[in-house]
Amino acid sequence: MAGALVLAACGGDGSANSTAAPAETSTTAQNQSTVNGTVTVYTGRHYGIEPVFEAFTAATGIKVRFTTGSDPQLRERLKAEGKNTPADVLMTADAGSLALAAADGLLASLDSPTLTAVIPEALRDPDGRWFALSRRARVIMVSDRVAEADQPTTYAGVGDPAWKGRICLRPATHPYTQSLVASLIKGEGTQRAEEIVSSWVANEPTYIDSDTKILEAIAAGECDLGITNSYYLGRLISDKGSFPVRLVWPEQADGQRGVHVNISGVAVTANAANPAAAQALIEWLATDGQQQFADVNNEFPANESVSPNKILQTWGSFRVDPVWVGEFGRLQAEAVMLLDRAGYQ
Amino acid sequence: MTLKLEVDQASNSTGPWRSESTGEGRRGFLPAAILAAFVVTPVVVVLSSILSPSTDVWAHLWATRLPTMLASTATLVIAVGLGSLILGTSLAWLVTAYAFPFRRVIGWLLVLPLAIPGYVLGFVWLDTIDFAGPIQTAWRGQFGRGAWFPQVRSLWVGAIVLTLTLYPYVYLLARAAFREQSAAALDVARTLGCSRWQAFRRVALPMARPSLTAGVALVAMETLTDIGTVRLFNIQTVADGVFRVWYGLANRQAATELAALLVALAVIVVVAERRYRGRARFTQQGGRTRTVEPVRLTGVRAAVALAACGGVMVVAFGWPVVRLIGWALEAQRTDRMATMAGNFTFHAGNTLRLAVFATLACLAIGVTLAVLVRRSGRRSTAAAARAATIGYAVPGPVVAVGVIVILAAIDRSELLPGDVLLAGSLVGLVYALAVRFLAVGYQSVEASLGKVSPSMTASARTLGAGPWRVAAAVELPLARAGLVVAAALVTIDVMKELPITLLLRPFGFDTLSVWVWQMTTESLWVEASVPALAIVAVGVLPVVVLVAALERVGKVQL
Repeated sequence: MAGALVLAACGGDGSANSTAAPAETSTTAQNQSTVNGTVTVYTGRHYGIEPVFEAFTAATGIKVRFTTGSDPQLRERLKAEGKNTPADVLMTADAGSLALAAADGLLASLDSPTLTAVIPEALRDPDGRWFALSRRARVIMVSDRVAEADQPTTYAGVGDPAWKGRICLRPATHPYTQSLVASLIKGEGTQRAEEIVSSWVANEPTYIDSDTKILEAIAAGECDLGITNSYYLGRLISDKGSFPVRLVWPEQADGQRGVHVNISGVAVTANAANPAAAQALIEWLATDGQQQFADVNNEFPANESVSPNKILQTWGSFRVDPVWVGEFGRLQAEAVMLLDRAGYQ
Repeated sequence: MTLKLEVDQASNSTGPWRSESTGEGRRGFLPAAILAAFVVTPVVVVLSSILSPSTDVWAHLWATRLPTMLASTATLVIAVGLGSLILGTSLAWLVTAYAFPFRRVIGWLLVLPLAIPGYVLGFVWLDTIDFAGPIQTAWRGQFGRGAWFPQVRSLWVGAIVLTLTLYPYVYLLARAAFREQSAAALDVARTLGCSRWQAFRRVALPMARPSLTAGVALVAMETLTDIGTVRLFNIQTVADGVFRVWYGLANRQAATELAALLVALAVIVVVAERRYRGRARFTQQGGRTRTVEPVRLTGVRAAVALAACGGVMVVAFGWPVVRLIGWALEAQRTDRMATMAGNFTFHAGNTLRLAVFATLACLAIGVTLAVLVRRSGRRSTAAAARAATIGYAVPGPVVAVGVIVILAAIDRSELLPGDVLLAGSLVGLVYALAVRFLAVGYQSVEASLGKVSPSMTASARTLGAGPWRVAAAVELPLARAGLVVAAALVTIDVMKELPITLLLRPFGFDTLSVWVWQMTTESLWVEASVPALAIVAVGVLPVVVLVAALERVGKVQL
């Protein structure tokens, strides 16, 4: 594994960014000539995907038919349908879901030089069963009222008793919380992870099941800090012009892991009727469609040759936890039980 | 115009029918059992996993969240059940027995909160009273930054919100019951020296008891299986636990075991309902009787009645709608609505179509079962019908998975011709909704049918009519109110329903609730306001149509 990945968020034309770019266009072009028909998608990600699919159809002539749903339910549906499934592609908003689908034998291995070239190793299955399309950083959000010298710089810092009664967190039911804790288990060991979660609980957090609502609570003064995905702040800033909350990239000091990043990803189903079209869609989303796919939701592109949008760039560059994202699926149940034990709501 | 009060002292069975049941009883049981099996199979398939329990997960749950889950589920169900009973019954009596300005309009306006999904009402109120909301902001402005304010994300606020969306179940059934009551009974009570209040308490209320308990049972079931509203208010119920285990631990086995626990809790509710309904049977003869004559309220009393109804309306319907309209206007200004704007008629059309099909399915099955039970008079038939309604005690997503497993199995068996697939078809979706909501239809029909005197049926039979003709010509017309209420409740329930529609809908068959969900899972509440408002608007349609029908059923213009 390539140590720490650095997201260059300072202008899209850095030299490191263009290495993978030339190879991919030709592969996609080749697929266009041989593949047609309709590709059917089950997607747990829905915000803004319709225009992206339309752009794909315009570019390739392949039609996209899709149905939305929650990740675990779509997995159940795939499982029940077996070889009769109409789905060619499974798209999810969380790495754990893809890893679990792969473990259930629901996904096909894909041999795609295009995808292995543009998607970093930590962001895909080694057997080619799933690939990340975008990255979602889970960061510490701090009220502008808090002095910069006081702000926590690690996830553990949120459990500092100084913040008692001042933090807003997402409940344990949400996959974002689960994968964050899974990454703590992976990075710090179960015992330390449980200490960290228990210290959050000891701070009597206000549990709010919406990242946007957490940010609004911080802005209003209900909390001083919280943990949310970065793009929710991006959305509020682009809606309102400015927002009295700032973003802190945690775990950035030497020897620290880097920011916890989850993915939204995609896979070809094991019983896909049109696997060629499925592969064409995934390759297009990772290359030509990558910019639009990530930008529509203020997410970081998984393909590093594509630059993040302007709002993301203003937050500067940061170091990412280099852990293989498939771990979040493997450790999810352990994380949930840890959250239960710690009394995290 | 006589009212007959039959008290069956021997047992809980339907007294007079036993004499006749030998012949027809056997005939009634088999079709009822087959019909019940048809409806109950998906639930049984999912719950059958309890035969090999996963003890390690139970040990973990018992040591961590299970005690909290059980305690908060019990507290919530009791609070919401009692709240709905008191609110629904008193409002129903108020608009039936008293005349005050705007009473007729208010009479049906009070049903409208039913059109608002619990999670929408919950979100609007949370947004209004939470820390960043206008009320607490003003509060802090008045009393300083550190001023105390009750915790808004709590079981009690959640219970109030659920009560406000669910009381119409009790209200509708209570109102139908009060309307079906003959004024003669109350007149007799009054001539025997009862005050108006005593007449209500000692005659009207006991006579309405089957309907009231049926309504409360519906409320309790809805509360038990709610997953959207409880999550908003951080209430850790058993239903919430099902999804913690299923999605979080990726352990469907253990999740269905928890779901089975939920069914056990529901059985307690049903048994309690049967108990409370008691042995007494109140039936009435003849349908064309004079209904309760309302007393005219004037002055302060009229104002108080008006304020009480108005207050409930504002809290449960007025403010949420105003807030949603505000958001919808705001949403028009952001570009995120652009792709959605043209889709309103499409989504609303799908919602309506689905509601009509599912309602017809629930009514057809519900009426058939209710008539079969009445016909047969055997406990086993009643038990079969009761079992058929189990889907209502199971959270939607669990029913959805049970149905998809069955449908996919049929698809794989290649019993069906060619490319026909049930999974992901409209037929499959309607079937799943019938599995989930049959109870709503059955409960109301059966409660109303139970009030048609067996001697009415017997007379018709003596005159040579066949059992189904009696049902069509005598029993069902007399139980019209119950049918209308059943149709209204199922229609609205289907419109608000999300998890089953989400998983089983055909490609492109997006409904309004799916649209709301797509926005809310992304925290786009402002954008979700447009479809949420549309659900309310579309939900108002059946309320208006059906309540108008209910008015006519009452015969006497009130």
